[in-house]
Amino acid sequence: MLTFVLRRFLEALLVLFLIVTATFFMVRLVPGGPFDREKDIPEVTRQQLEAYYGLDKPLPVQYLNYLGRLVQGDLGTTFKYPGWTVNEIIARKLPVSVELGALAMGIALVLGIGAGVLAAWRPGSATDTVPMSLAMLGICLPTFVLGPLLILVFGLKLNLVNVMGWNLPQDRILPALTLGLFYAAYIARLTRSSMLEIRGEDYMRTARAKGLPEARVYLLHGLRNGLSPVVSYLGPALAGLITGSFVVETIFNIPGLGRFFVQAALDNDYTMVLGCVLFYAALIIVFNLISDILLVWLNPRRKLA
Amino acid sequence: MKPFGEKAAPVAGRSLGADAWRRLRANRMAMGGLVFTVLVTLACVVGPWLLPHAPEAQNLDLGASGPSAAHWLGTDVLGRDLLARILSGGRISLLVGVLATTVALVIGVSYGLVSGYAGGRTDRLMMRFVEIIYSMPFTVFVIILMVYFGRNLGLIFVAIGAVEWLTMARIVRGQVLGLKEMAFIQASRSLGQHPLNIMTRHLLPNLMGVIIVYATLTVPGVMLLEAFISFLGLGVQPPQTSWGDLIRAGAESMEEYPWLLIFPSLFFSATLFSLNFLGDGLRDALDPKNG
Repeated sequence: MLTFVLRRFLEALLVLFLIVTATFFMVRLVPGGPFDREKDIPEVTRQQLEAYYGLDKPLPVQYLNYLGRLVQGDLGTTFKYPGWTVNEIIARKLPVSVELGALAMGIALVLGIGAGVLAAWRPGSATDTVPMSLAMLGICLPTFVLGPLLILVFGLKLNLVNVMGWNLPQDRILPALTLGLFYAAYIARLTRSSMLEIRGEDYMRTARAKGLPEARVYLLHGLRNGLSPVVSYLGPALAGLITGSFVVETIFNIPGLGRFFVQAALDNDYTMVLGCVLFYAALIIVFNLISDILLVWLNPRRKLA
Repeated sequence: MKPFGEKAAPVAGRSLGADAWRRLRANRMAMGGLVFTVLVTLACVVGPWLLPHAPEAQNLDLGASGPSAAHWLGTDVLGRDLLARILSGGRISLLVGVLATTVALVIGVSYGLVSGYAGGRTDRLMMRFVEIIYSMPFTVFVIILMVYFGRNLGLIFVAIGAVEWLTMARIVRGQVLGLKEMAFIQASRSLGQHPLNIMTRHLLPNLMGVIIVYATLTVPGVMLLEAFISFLGLGVQPPQTSWGDLIRAGAESMEEYPWLLIFPSLFFSATLFSLNFLGDGLRDALDPKNG
């Protein structure tokens, strides 16, 4: 187990290195710089700015400098917000995004697993078709369709909630639903099909033969194994939540990291973009690692590959 | 047992395709999806020529007006006919969907074929590479690409295709691993057939089912991604439009003119819905284990 975790960890480092390199050169090799404004700044100022940020040095040197600072956990300073480091901005903006993401993930897991388990309990009955049709609907309503529609209905027509901002507890309802419902739908479908598959397994028959009540067999023995696909989906789901947060934070005007990242990309703010990409990548990789470990714990027969 | 030499009565054979078609026809949701997809595609391809209003034609005096006899789905702020814009936007959305899926299929299928057929160290190396790319936040990369390389349509589907091939490669490889141990492949190998020949003539036809199913499910995925990028304002640029772009524009003015949001969303979601049902139905229909 330890070697498994260790190997995964080393692999994760390699992936991160590749991402840093790819993103660094991708961002740098394209026209346009962070000091391009509508009004031209004097050439001397530009040179001084570039010298200050180390942008006058050859690209490979810049790359090595960046890597050197990165190893010490320093993501650099931003260009657009003088005096702020990328670390500070991430630390400031992140909590909001994490709260939104956690709420959405919670909705996705609770609703998704619940609906999936319910649907697989009596396949073909109303308890199956109703939640599954809803899940199909959920999959076809991406964040950028669902968000505006929810605002239109609950915010503007029914006037139940504020449609912008992130101040009151009830401000969290619509954004979290917008972000979470798609994944709830997906997880419901995953759970249902894996629960159906697992019902015919030998250990389920054994448990039934022992005389355990069906509900216990289904929920205890079945669910533990039936959850495997959901657990392996956690990594991709997180990646999806992150990209979803770009849209949701833009729609609902939420001061989180996602909206900030899109703005930084539009502003050509190199270090900010790089920092965010790296941060997101690290987050996803850590999550993938956790879900891999969880999978082994759920089903020890699985090879530690 | 019939005595040797006596001919058996001919049995009308049913090809796998005919069998699958029969099963698909029995699936009402999937058939509904198929019909709707065909209708929407036809409408988007032919519609803009038949409508009396061009998608770019402005009528500033009219401005935004609700559905009427002249403009069935109303007009936008610039007085442009919404139906015409939805249909011509649909062209772009469907085009990106189909082209990016094709890119993803070509890369994914050939990668998976080679990896699975070669096996051993090559396979491990190639799959490790896929896993590594898999763990990258690729949508983020697509956004960066769109921001820096300008927002042209060609790049959108190349970028999206480059993201979507990974799953295809994995699925194809898995199938090939099983197939290549079967007798007919062993036979052609021992007859000295070139590996390329085996892959294209013997393996590929047996993979068609999986490929068709997965392609049908990739198209909505790609359309989703395109719409997502366009929604952020990084996708298609005016005067061109796509469903994601229309939804973005509609969301901006939904308080005053809700139809500008509702109709494009309806078209987009209904198409995704149909494609997903069709894909699910195809998966069930092409699975020989189903009766």
